[in-house]
Amino acid sequence: MGYRYEMRFSGSGGQGMILAGIIIAEAASIYDGKMASQSQSYGPESRGGASRSEVIISDEEIDYPKATSIDAMLAMTQEACNKYNKDIKKDGVLLIDSTEVKNAPKGDYKVYSYPISTVARDELGKIIVANIISLGMIVELTKIVSHEAIEKAVLARVPPAFLDLNKKALQLGFERARDLKPLP
Amino acid sequence: MAEKKKKFMQGNEACSEGALYAGCRFYAGYPITPSTEVAEILSVRLPKIGGVFMQMEDEIASICAIIGASLGGAKSLTATSGPGFSLMQEGLGFACIAEIPCVIVNVMRSGPSTGFPTGPSQSDVMQAKWGTHGDHPSVVLTPATVQEIFYETVRAFNLAETYRTPVIVLYDEIIGHMREAITLPEAGEVEVIERKKPTCKPEEYKPYAQSNGSIAPLAAYGEGYKFHVTGLYHAEDGFPTNNTKLIGEANERIVNKINKNVDKICINEEFYTDDAEIGVVAYGVSSKSAKFAVKEMRKKGVKAGLLRPKTIWPFPDKAVNKLAKQVKAILVPEMNLGQVYYEVERASRGQCEVKGIFKVDTEAIHPNQIIEEIKKFA
Repeated sequence: MGYRYEMRFSGSGGQGMILAGIIIAEAASIYDGKMASQSQSYGPESRGGASRSEVIISDEEIDYPKATSIDAMLAMTQEACNKYNKDIKKDGVLLIDSTEVKNAPKGDYKVYSYPISTVARDELGKIIVANIISLGMIVELTKIVSHEAIEKAVLARVPPAFLDLNKKALQLGFERARDLKPLP
Repeated sequence: MAEKKKKFMQGNEACSEGALYAGCRFYAGYPITPSTEVAEILSVRLPKIGGVFMQMEDEIASICAIIGASLGGAKSLTATSGPGFSLMQEGLGFACIAEIPCVIVNVMRSGPSTGFPTGPSQSDVMQAKWGTHGDHPSVVLTPATVQEIFYETVRAFNLAETYRTPVIVLYDEIIGHMREAITLPEAGEVEVIERKKPTCKPEEYKPYAQSNGSIAPLAAYGEGYKFHVTGLYHAEDGFPTNNTKLIGEANERIVNKINKNVDKICINEEFYTDDAEIGVVAYGVSSKSAKFAVKEMRKKGVKAGLLRPKTIWPFPDKAVNKLAKQVKAILVPEMNLGQVYYEVERASRGQCEVKGIFKVDTEAIHPNQIIEEIKKFA
């Protein structure tokens, strides 16, 4: 019997949510040998506006590319969090960037909160790698793809001059999620 | 080895790869969301292999440029979305009557007019058939996966060359921007049909000569064959005619060269239709929701089945009629307010109930919406 694992990356346009979706889907399909499809929904603005990317991972052909019942979701803004948390399934995972998301939603799923953007800016000096830290955290929390696969996928998608920075960001994500407990 | 060739790519990227595989060497277009990536990729790739990429001033010029390039012997392509497709209609009719092979990709977005540029829709299906005036041939392919966009783009070029007619590849924003792992075939693995060239002496060449429905070879400008091309009805030599007999014959011929080959052109996927009691007819993105729904229903023992046309025009009358004979009802989910629905109703000839499931809020049809409708007939 085939499984269907659904993920949603949501935030505001320009935060790299679509790229995060592409990277994890690529990690699953190219480097981990699973089936994956990535789709996106965005507005006409190049920055701002709600942006989301959805990834389905399975061991069989994926028919419907959109999320129906979400296993894991990332929310980088309050707006995205409020708008998109409804479809998370029971015992699913929601990771929120507490830099932006001040009101964590309550549901029958686990909410993990971490100041992702703040850490990206203060510890790595670049807020743009917040999406890569998030990827590391979500992989650590869900184990949906292997560390090796996600690292290969990240390095294949980022500009050569920023390989080290992104590698660090991913490792930081793994570490910070390791002992993170869900909100009570 | 096969694993190494797997590439994770977007629908629009697969379209560009398919065009290159089919031998496309000329692209003219005006970038428009959600088709822009086709132009973006070909603008990088075509010049590297001796092809031509031209960004035009608008979509009217774009289709005229690909018609001209095709007359020059190049397999040519343009890609657009609703607003641009509207502007292309006159040129499309010209390619139909002048019998010039070319491929037009329309990645559908919400309309009418500028609509919602980044939102998907399936509302240009009738425009793809009837957008240009006059009775004309229509060949429109509706792929539903990234891999299929590749193959159907290759098939579009093959059909264009075989029948000397424009062919439209019609999909939507979701499939155009969706990414999946696909395998690109090696050269020679998939058939690529080349244009038939004349073998007669240039002075004997008749660009529209025909006997028994055959299609005349098309010479390329610059190879010594001089001939006239016009949007007026024309005789075998290509020059305008007001002979009513020739006009009638020519119009019937350009339509019938497609209609008489429906069985070769129409390809469908049948999914659990053998013993189906409730049918779903869906194409493109909505067929993805439908397949999900049919699978779920089958798990619960409900005999639902999906007929998915990969060629939407000419319409697969036979397959729909056959399904209508055996089922209680056919559901037609589509991201418009009812287009293919009426075709299914017509082709079903009253043999079963036909019900549409329509959605135009730019979100994909949720499988549950189809499941609820299937349950009503179970």
